[in-house]
Amino acid sequence: MAGLLFTPLAWASLSLLLDFRKGRCVSWLGMVIQVLVSLALWYAVMERGGFSYALGGWEAPLGIALRVDGLAVTFVLLTAAVATACGLHAGFYLDACKPWQRYFWPLFWFLWAGLNGVWLGADLFNLYVSLELISLAAVGLVALGGEAAALRAALRYLFAALLGSLAYLLGVALLYGRFGTLSLALIDEQLASCEPALIVALLLMLAGLALKTALFPLHGWLPPAHGIARSPVSALLSGLVVKASFYIAARLWLELGDRLGSPWLAQSIGALGAAAVVWGSWLAFRQPHLKQVVAYSSVAQIGYLFLLFPLTFAVAEPVSLLAQQGITLQVISHALAKAAMFLAAGNLILSIRSKRVDALAGVSHFLPFSLFSFGLAGVSLMGLPPSGGFAAKWLLLQASLASGQWWWVGVLLLGGVLAAAYVFRIYRASFLEVGDSDDFYHPPQSLEAIPMILALLALGLGLVAEPVLSVLSLPFEVTADVNEAQL
Amino acid sequence: MRRVRLFVTLLACAGLIVALAAAVLDVAGAAVSSELPEQLRASLERSGVEHPVTAVLLNFRSYDTLLEIGVLVIAGMAGISLASTNSLEDPALRSADSLLYALQRWFVPVMLLLAAYLLWAGAYRPGGAFQAGAVLAATGVLMRLGGLPMAFIRPGILLRLGLVIGFAVFLLVAVVGALMGEAFLAYPATMAGLLILTIEVALTLSIGMILLALFVAAPVTDEHEPEEGAGS
Amino acid sequence: MSSALLYALAGVALCGIGLAGFLLLNHLLRRLLAFNLIGSGVFLVLVGLAQHRGGPDPVPQALVLTGIVVAIAATALAVVLIRRYFHLTGRTSFKAESEGDGGGAGS
Repeated sequence: MAGLLFTPLAWASLSLLLDFRKGRCVSWLGMVIQVLVSLALWYAVMERGGFSYALGGWEAPLGIALRVDGLAVTFVLLTAAVATACGLHAGFYLDACKPWQRYFWPLFWFLWAGLNGVWLGADLFNLYVSLELISLAAVGLVALGGEAAALRAALRYLFAALLGSLAYLLGVALLYGRFGTLSLALIDEQLASCEPALIVALLLMLAGLALKTALFPLHGWLPPAHGIARSPVSALLSGLVVKASFYIAARLWLELGDRLGSPWLAQSIGALGAAAVVWGSWLAFRQPHLKQVVAYSSVAQIGYLFLLFPLTFAVAEPVSLLAQQGITLQVISHALAKAAMFLAAGNLILSIRSKRVDALAGVSHFLPFSLFSFGLAGVSLMGLPPSGGFAAKWLLLQASLASGQWWWVGVLLLGGVLAAAYVFRIYRASFLEVGDSDDFYHPPQSLEAIPMILALLALGLGLVAEPVLSVLSLPFEVTADVNEAQL
Repeated sequence: MRRVRLFVTLLACAGLIVALAAAVLDVAGAAVSSELPEQLRASLERSGVEHPVTAVLLNFRSYDTLLEIGVLVIAGMAGISLASTNSLEDPALRSADSLLYALQRWFVPVMLLLAAYLLWAGAYRPGGAFQAGAVLAATGVLMRLGGLPMAFIRPGILLRLGLVIGFAVFLLVAVVGALMGEAFLAYPATMAGLLILTIEVALTLSIGMILLALFVAAPVTDEHEPEEGAGS
Repeated sequence: MSSALLYALAGVALCGIGLAGFLLLNHLLRRLLAFNLIGSGVFLVLVGLAQHRGGPDPVPQALVLTGIVVAIAATALAVVLIRRYFHLTGRTSFKAESEGDGGGAGS
């Protein structure tokens, strides 16, 4: 446990003192440690179920407790996988000669620390601080290098993120005023019935988190920020960072939503998600720049996640579990596929020296490997079997039919068709034979291998969905011996 | 169109105020008395400091504070990543005001003393690392405006070490507890006071340094990285 | 009505005013100030509401202190970004470049 929290923070301070190349070597060592620790924690949860961990030995409500359960540990492991891939890719991809690139590693590690803090957090205020840690590190990564367009995107991102955090904190303030505690579990215990003030609090928190997750129509900040950042950074932002605020919203909804929610609220959040799927895919289809296509595709894929709200509200327990599993699979498969897609897009951009889709003509001869990774990731986004995206949509399909909300089925199908449209548009552009230029740059093999591995993981996720999902339903012990939790 | 937008926004914000005020009054009427304050009073003896706010900040909820310092370090680091070497010594930014020079001689030592007092007072009355660090940073700003040379603020290993030292000391103390078989961030009860003081001193230095670096980093240079894929 | 509750209500008013400023102003520094106004409002609600019953409570005070530091860090970073943006483009708002992406509250 301590290792999981300590490593990213320690490596952040260590890599700040080194330059980019030395920081790279040190960071790779840190990634190995972090992956091992995450695996060990996953194994521990598999063995004996979830437990809570009191930081500093002070139990909640006085201190801050962490909640280590199946869902949290799955996300910790996912973060370790995606962040390691992005870190390895960044080590080769970024220009080591630029003096500001040395700040990539500390920001990267702080981002990782914040993500782990969110997955494990059980304290509402601590979640706020973790969210801010993530936001500021992400903004710093977007702004790194500091040309005007990146600064503009970073500022938009910063303003959106700050407003979202404050709305969340205002909700926390109301909850603390009412219950006198910040622990989500204790609030859940004390909450007996619906009160109007608490609905206001929940609405504020959900609105703030939706802004940070870039739910339609609050998504305006996402495409510029994800499109302009360096490709490994875009992969981190799209794959992991937007999921952090969604994760908190989902946790709040699953704990408190049954008493504070209403069918009206659940359906309207679902409708916004559905609108995001359609509108985001349509805009992705129309973008002139390669990375903007991928960024708008994120807006669409995030839309699916918000179907969690209608599909878990006032439905039977097994249906709700089905929907939760579907959404979890969607988060995992999107994180893997989108990271693969951004990294592959980065390779393509490196090769053709242009960001435009129509400049891709002829690249299929020169970079078939990266293009293939891009396509494999696209298969998962479209939701074709046997990918993780297919398994996720299949579960969601079952959940919406079982709960009698058949209208979401149309969204799931339409979203898949639109995803196919924008992925094939890239393919069409890259197979065009123009023949006037064969001036392509060949990125190193290792750069091409990393997105391929991620894409294959996303593709294979559908085959191993059962064991992955079994971790989610592990029991959670309320009292755990702290000393045993030393990893 | 513009007036419609103005009107709608103002109406929405007024609606928000009304809804929030109703919620606040509702909560104020229904608030339960929690056992948290009593629990806090009971545990205060074991925390190593007398002032409850400092105890909450640096012992009970020290994870929050650790991450908060992390946020500060991120901001400082992102700030200096946008600055470059030569701009930090820009003579044009120095003030030529003779009154400032005269006052500076009196103010700088007094402010340093005040920072030290605030740090020391944090254990039993309002004060603490952040307040002391802010005063320290203000001293630095005054010195910079007066043109006193401050070699350590140039972006180099010294500056980066200064940014991170408080965070690193905090983290080391946190992990020592874990290595000795207690929870992460747990202090041994007998040494809690001493450890908290060590953390506070390092934090004060770092906080002052970060805030000063952010002030100094605001001037800019023309050097920047070309956009991704803008090669041809 | 206790004075603590009065503080909380003043915080509510600050939040509303700040939000209006955040949405309506174009100048980046003014928007940043509006954000700080909302932040102060939230902190007032946090402390005022918690201390309405039971007198002084160190926990929200510590939370607000943490919140202030986080807000200062974010503000300082934003100022550095804004100054550099102004230096490179001569602009003080996002408005000058129009975009057809539908926008959002955070734009």
